[in-house]
Amino acid sequence: MKQEQLSEDELLAQVTSAEYKYGFTTDIEADTIAKGLSEEVVRIISKKKNEPEWMLDYRLKAFKEWLEMEEPDWANVDYPKPNYQDIIYYSAPKQKKTLDSLDDLDPELKKTFDKLGISLNEQKRLSGVAVDIVMDSVSVATSFKSKLAELGIIFCSISEAIQEHPELVKKYLGTVVPARDNFFSALNAAVFSDGSFCYIPKGSRCPMELSTYFRINEAGTGQFERTLLIADEGSYVSYLEGCTAPQRDENQLHAAVVELIAMDNAEIKYSTVQNWYPGNKDGLGGVYNFVTKRGICYKNSKISWTQVETGSAVTWKYPSCILKGDNSVGEFFSVAVTNNYQQADTGTKMIHLGKNSKSTIIAKGICAGKSNGSYRGLVQIAKGAKNSRNFSQCDSLLMGDKCGSHTFPYIEVKNNSSQVEHEATTSKIGEDQIFYCNQRGIGTEEAIALIVNGYCKDVLNQLPMEFAVEAQKLLEISLEGSVG
Amino acid sequence: MLKIDNLKAGIEGLEILKGINLSVKKGEVHAIMGPNGSGKSTLSSVIAGNENYEVISGSISFEGEDLLDLDPDQRAHKGVFLSFQYPVEIPGISVSNFIKAAITEKRKVLGLEAMSAKDLLLKMKEKMDLLDMQKGYLSRNMNEGFSGGEKKRNEIFQMAMLEPKLAILDETDSGLDIDALRVVANGVNKLKNSENATIVITHYQRLLDHIIPDYVHVLHNGRIVKSGGKELAHELEKKGYDWITKEADKKWG
Repeated sequence: MKQEQLSEDELLAQVTSAEYKYGFTTDIEADTIAKGLSEEVVRIISKKKNEPEWMLDYRLKAFKEWLEMEEPDWANVDYPKPNYQDIIYYSAPKQKKTLDSLDDLDPELKKTFDKLGISLNEQKRLSGVAVDIVMDSVSVATSFKSKLAELGIIFCSISEAIQEHPELVKKYLGTVVPARDNFFSALNAAVFSDGSFCYIPKGSRCPMELSTYFRINEAGTGQFERTLLIADEGSYVSYLEGCTAPQRDENQLHAAVVELIAMDNAEIKYSTVQNWYPGNKDGLGGVYNFVTKRGICYKNSKISWTQVETGSAVTWKYPSCILKGDNSVGEFFSVAVTNNYQQADTGTKMIHLGKNSKSTIIAKGICAGKSNGSYRGLVQIAKGAKNSRNFSQCDSLLMGDKCGSHTFPYIEVKNNSSQVEHEATTSKIGEDQIFYCNQRGIGTEEAIALIVNGYCKDVLNQLPMEFAVEAQKLLEISLEGSVG
Repeated sequence: MLKIDNLKAGIEGLEILKGINLSVKKGEVHAIMGPNGSGKSTLSSVIAGNENYEVISGSISFEGEDLLDLDPDQRAHKGVFLSFQYPVEIPGISVSNFIKAAITEKRKVLGLEAMSAKDLLLKMKEKMDLLDMQKGYLSRNMNEGFSGGEKKRNEIFQMAMLEPKLAILDETDSGLDIDALRVVANGVNKLKNSENATIVITHYQRLLDHIIPDYVHVLHNGRIVKSGGKELAHELEKKGYDWITKEADKKWG
């Protein structure tokens, strides 16, 4: 009989062989310094960026702390430790002048974005998104700045903020994620090259989604992005961060730090679509993504983290909330996809300090190929955080029997008026579900895409509309051959 | 339209269908009846292309084309529809999104433009009225938390939306109370025309009071052992299956 329905194994083989679609590099001249890390390199970076003395001191202190720290190995991931002396710590695309409009963008850069299907002009025109592109390390274009400036909103690269708004940077940098917090945050503090800065003044509502596209471009260049976002009292901002990286054969280190500050009655929505190069189907190459993301919530404020993680060879990432103020709210919505040989150890920390603080965790893992996905979450309720509540839901969807999914929930409750709920499920995509879709004329690939989208719906719904569409497309690409 | 020739099929090496012959023409309604375990659901699964079943020999042609040559989704595109006995849940996907995906895929294959959201909604509304369905259905997730009756109604709703040439209703009456049965049967009757055909698979006669078959076939032990007009169903209702199955067992052993 000729009927050729795919068996589960064949299906798996297809999923496993889906290759990263965004593998290309942009040919742009870059200003690069020699490999390796030393006090001298830290000084060069600071000097190249024309930084004030206090910034250099901050970096040097972080560097000294880093020297005494050890790379953590408690995560459920296994990778050869990078040689930190074999990494280039500074690389800036050579641009003759800063740009007033996206039309002045380097044609090569433009082509890259076109290949990614991201038309900046289109976005600018259609969706009113202000985009601060970080190509390698230095921001090359910033849009909508003047419009935002009218409202007193500052949205610029962190380098620019250090020059133009030193009082804000000095006041808040490193207050949520201190340099000594961990090995990677110390490294970042010492050598960060650029990133984004955002300040929303009291009582104002940012009228558009702020967004940044990150890309690693220069071969062998580590990315040490630094993001600092301050929402002053009663303000609101929604921030989008999306990443795609070109294909590389050697591992690339990405150690970003993101700090969010939500003052009284403020709300920050921080959405990420992460698609760093995951390595090829044999597990060769790919980005190491070791990120420290943390926000602090003051009274009645709210921070919401939403992430769709499909990329990187190794991911180590726990966007967290310190719920310091009474009635503050922390949320974490996550979809983490691992395929081929990818490894991800991701989750969140919700630290309840304020009374009546509330947190919600919805984590959806999808594992395919020979990958390994772990959820690691800490819910900590301090003695004084009376009447606090947490709800956690951790689901795993497995495709095939060669992948692994793990859940490591940590719960510490130090008072008896608080409530903590934890739910967890593990499921597989059923052949009967696929056949049902097939029978309705939906092909197997589309069927898996549909089922996965349904599974992730609670998280995707949290994303702003345009981003949700992009995320859906990304899920499809990441699990292509069978998953969407 | 559909021609099944000496079809032998089974599951995991076990032969269940032992030589089925069946011919269905446009505009006809065929009922396939039989006791539990006679192979009714196997037959519908094989026609739809469920990979869990293995075709051993014989052929199925649909509008002159070898159906066994096609994947399940390709068969659906040709106009074969199966109303499942046990419809599966697809969490997180709304009924409207699911149907939209199905229609979009089919139109893509047929080289047609996607239907506009407005046309799609209008059509959904029309078909829901036909089946006496509440509007809330559309935003519920596919079969998630549906009662048995709601699931069956949802199957017929999809059939109404997809407008198949051949609809196979596998035990559509099970799980339906008498009122729901009437509504569903009524819907099926209204969808019937001179260009399409229906195969009703059922254990009981009661559905056939509402959907009047042109032909009734009795399936027993993997073979069609008796065929007749609608009066055969009434006879079965009165006399049970025994008189036919005993006769058949004598013949086939």
